[in-house]
Amino acid sequence: MASFFSDTYLGIALVIIGQILLVLLPLLVAQAFIMLAERKIWAAVQLRRGPNVVGAFGLLQSFADFLKYIVKEVVFPAGADRFVFILAPIISAVMALVAWAVIPFGENLVVANINVAILYVLAISSMEVYGVIMGGWASNSKYPFLGSLRSAAQMISYEVSIGLIIIGVIISSGSMNFGHIVDAQKGSYGLFSWYWLPHFPMLFLFFISALAETNRPPFDLPEAESELVAGYQVEYSSTPFVLFFLGELVAMTLMCALVSLLFFGGWLSPVPGLPDGLLWMLLKMVIVFFCFSMVKAITPRYRYDQLMRLGWKVFLPMSLVWVVFVAFAAKFDWLWGTYARWAVGG
Amino acid sequence: MIAFSFYLFSICVLVGGFFTVVSRQPVHSVLWLILAFLSSAGLFVLLGAEFVAMLMIIVYVGAVMVLFLFVVMMLDVDFAELKAEMAKYMPLALVIALVLLMQFFLAFGAWDANSAAETLRGNVTPADIPNTNALGMILYDKYFLLFQLSGLILLVAMIGAIVLTMRHRTDIKRQNILTQIYRDPAKSMELKDVKPGQGV
Repeated sequence: MASFFSDTYLGIALVIIGQILLVLLPLLVAQAFIMLAERKIWAAVQLRRGPNVVGAFGLLQSFADFLKYIVKEVVFPAGADRFVFILAPIISAVMALVAWAVIPFGENLVVANINVAILYVLAISSMEVYGVIMGGWASNSKYPFLGSLRSAAQMISYEVSIGLIIIGVIISSGSMNFGHIVDAQKGSYGLFSWYWLPHFPMLFLFFISALAETNRPPFDLPEAESELVAGYQVEYSSTPFVLFFLGELVAMTLMCALVSLLFFGGWLSPVPGLPDGLLWMLLKMVIVFFCFSMVKAITPRYRYDQLMRLGWKVFLPMSLVWVVFVAFAAKFDWLWGTYARWAVGG
Repeated sequence: MIAFSFYLFSICVLVGGFFTVVSRQPVHSVLWLILAFLSSAGLFVLLGAEFVAMLMIIVYVGAVMVLFLFVVMMLDVDFAELKAEMAKYMPLALVIALVLLMQFFLAFGAWDANSAAETLRGNVTPADIPNTNALGMILYDKYFLLFQLSGLILLVAMIGAIVLTMRHRTDIKRQNILTQIYRDPAKSMELKDVKPGQGV
């Protein structure tokens, strides 16, 4: 039996499909509850109850929404490019899901343990912008087109600073593999040996860039329900809309995972002596997600020129200077080798 | 399995390239070109060059093609006119293509690889270190000066492009963030105590 799964093509394929399902199914089910949690958090901040009708405490609200969306009719705008119109939401959702292949949830708990994992995530997230551009263009309508230009420019701008911040972490850990990066954060001081301390300013830059990259408030210019029409999604209804929505939510969850892997030691336990494991990783992701939701609840929206200025004139120079600083610190062992961990951990 | 993936990616590259050329809609051309780039990244992965593959996706698919797509979407090109123009030059283009093809045949017909080069090609990177590190060693240790010089040339080109296209327009309204941030509420706002029935 064991040889069937390790020697034959069918067996190997079955194992791989099993691993993929093991990651994707919990992830997709989790999205339903993440959406609910988000609405509950905003409601709590605004002194409302939030969804509380469907199921106990509104637990089934997201499933009801989902059902409502998929039984609606898909409307194609006149003169739309049908193929690209359908392809755009699919790309947006698939790209968000595919990136999870390299995200480890624990020691060796990862579908694809590749050397260039971070680059892979960057590559995949740089392709998410195509969903937006194609959706806007294929709708054959002015508002989605303008909206897609707006959001594509935004996503490209913040990718640059995210990339530079990640380079700092890569220099510190000497590897692009998430496993090695987490190993490099292992230390005898528990949560004080994680990267959030030496890379402290970059944690905030990364967090804010992640908000902008995933089109979350206060940078939700792509949608901006109140003053602009909903950007590239104007013409979308029913299942394609759900796919866009899902893609955005999964991308946001991915950012939670990235923050906890790069800066908060992934599955390492914060207190020396307690066992490491999957639960720590999930807990850290939930905490980061809570911060994401709180930001949405308490901040007003940015103006578009402010957004561009922040990306290019503030974050880019800051992260560039930080990369140079980390490079020097790692090379010359400043601060007792805090910035050069490749000899310490993995 | 590797053979299957190789043929899959190769076919995708060829199909993508073919439709890039024959598509009537320029945006579709760009999308087909993206497919070609993605598949060639897949070919790099099969060669064991995962770093190059990821850079291929990040640079070409993530940056260059987005700019292409922007330009192509915004341009309003009259393709009937363009096609007519192309038909005019078709004989010349065919002659050039034929000459190029003959040259390729001549060049590759006389191709005789050194056997030492063949073994070098077999192991591009040492097996025990990841090829990201191997690339880093080549770029930053072995060919440091050349690498930095090429970077410098790119920098000069970038500055040149910016200087050529920069013009400072005075007829538009600009946002000055600093003055906006440093506005004093006491100066820009005034509280009036309005008496009932009297107005301001």
